Amino acid sequence: MSIHVLKQGLQTTVQDFGRPGYAHLGISTSGAADAFSYQIGNKLVGNDPHDAALEITLSGGEYEFTSDVCIALTGSEFNASVDDEQVSIWTRKNINKEQLLKIRSSQDGARCYLCVRGGIDVPILLNSRSTHLMTGLGGYEGRALRKGNVLDTYQSGDNNNRVELINVNEILKHLDRKIIRVIKTMEGDWFNEDVWDLFLNENFTVSQSFSRMGIRLEGNHIQSSQGNEILTQGVPLGAIQVPGSGNPIISFVEHQTTGGYPRIANVISADLCRVGQLKPGDTFQFDLVTLEAAEQLYNEQMKFIHNLSAS
Amino acid sequence: MTISSDFNITPASDHTLLIQFGEENSPDAQKAVFRLSHYLMDHSLEGIANFHPGYASILVSVDIDNTSVQSIQKDLQQAWYDSGNIELPESKLIEILVLYGGEYGLDLIHVAEHNGISESKVIELHSCGEYYVSFIGFTPGFPYISGLNPKLETPRLNTPRKRVPAGSVAIGGSQTGIYPLESPGGWNLIGQTPIQIIDINHPENALINMRDSIKFIPIDEEEFERLKQ
Repeated sequence: MSIHVLKQGLQTTVQDFGRPGYAHLGISTSGAADAFSYQIGNKLVGNDPHDAALEITLSGGEYEFTSDVCIALTGSEFNASVDDEQVSIWTRKNINKEQLLKIRSSQDGARCYLCVRGGIDVPILLNSRSTHLMTGLGGYEGRALRKGNVLDTYQSGDNNNRVELINVNEILKHLDRKIIRVIKTMEGDWFNEDVWDLFLNENFTVSQSFSRMGIRLEGNHIQSSQGNEILTQGVPLGAIQVPGSGNPIISFVEHQTTGGYPRIANVISADLCRVGQLKPGDTFQFDLVTLEAAEQLYNEQMKFIHNLSAS
Repeated sequence: MTISSDFNITPASDHTLLIQFGEENSPDAQKAVFRLSHYLMDHSLEGIANFHPGYASILVSVDIDNTSVQSIQKDLQQAWYDSGNIELPESKLIEILVLYGGEYGLDLIHVAEHNGISESKVIELHSCGEYYVSFIGFTPGFPYISGLNPKLETPRLNTPRKRVPAGSVAIGGSQTGIYPLESPGGWNLIGQTPIQIIDINHPENALINMRDSIKFIPIDEEEFERLKQ
């Protein structure tokens, strides 16, 4: 089975759960920006949660399939339709051969996932199918899809693994991007109490400088009291780096592996999916939690995905 | 190998641990980074998703879907202990041919002016230095090269360039480095090498690795063009 791209979106890439193991060679993990929605989409169509899918950013495009196919759209609402019949998000949909799937613009967050039964068939490079856009590694020729591209999918086996979704409200709790929870880390003490008050109590806005590498925020200027440079050191995913300009940058899935800016805090793992849904113009607040709470929240999120079981 | 370095391990986020071998990038701290990095390359420890060597530190990210940060903390302490006996292999000497200045090194003039010396003196000092690679970081295959003559130190650009050509040789503060791929970058560009540093699909075969000794050798435009092909 193949998927034909009839109209391209703004930035549609093949993604999976990422490419760990190469940070010491300067290669960050990449993978789905909102791994929560991505995994649920795969479970809906009966795939392995880490099969490759399409990550669609801000606008969708049009797709046609060469055989009857089962798909799911998860993440943000993009007003999708098949031959003018609306396709609901967080559900499974059977599409007939040569029907047209239209995915419009985001009505909500930055990304949605198009999961196709069987998973997207692109070569595995360095143990992953994910696209690392900055370096042109992996995915479909290392880049975003364009009009005229044709993607193969894997043959699917039986359909017994697929899950029914019952409670979309429970899902949406994980994706509330008005609040991004963080823990204090690293150079957290370089920032005075009044700077921390500002950091936690005022709104931040996502700037136009927004990519899979990093998300630059606007609003309050956050100033360190102990300088703007650290000895170059490894950068964790979700680190909130503060350059001299005072506009924080959230390091994201294609982040540079080392860096020299002080870090005030780090997004908790359970909220990285929310970061993956932030889009330019969004406003939100940071909320401080403890390391123990962060670990518990991630465990609960993993359990939630795991417990979506076959019906 | 005996090392009198500190070993301090703390959480850097809910999925990473930061190992620090002291506050400064001392020779002992550098040896400690080499020693544990080498051990982690040779023994892929279960539950470690990634490790990021830096100056006097290694950041370790944990596969928290399958293991806990606490158990990896213990494993890393053990790894540090076990790595005490490892023999590091001979480091290689890599010669990097560089066409300095002009359109290939747009900031050569700036580096010269900043340090109050001539452009040819910059080239002379840069190409007679003895260097080694502290670690690979930032972007795929980018070597952080130590050993820059203090007379060449130049702060990073105020506004990073959106695109730096692949092969660019640059100075950032007290470091020198090579951009293996086209990428954004804020270091001062002083030249370019025509030699391919990395094939992104085979990063493990990159020309330059951690611990390698580096020598920069000036070449002229004719040789640059010949080697570029």
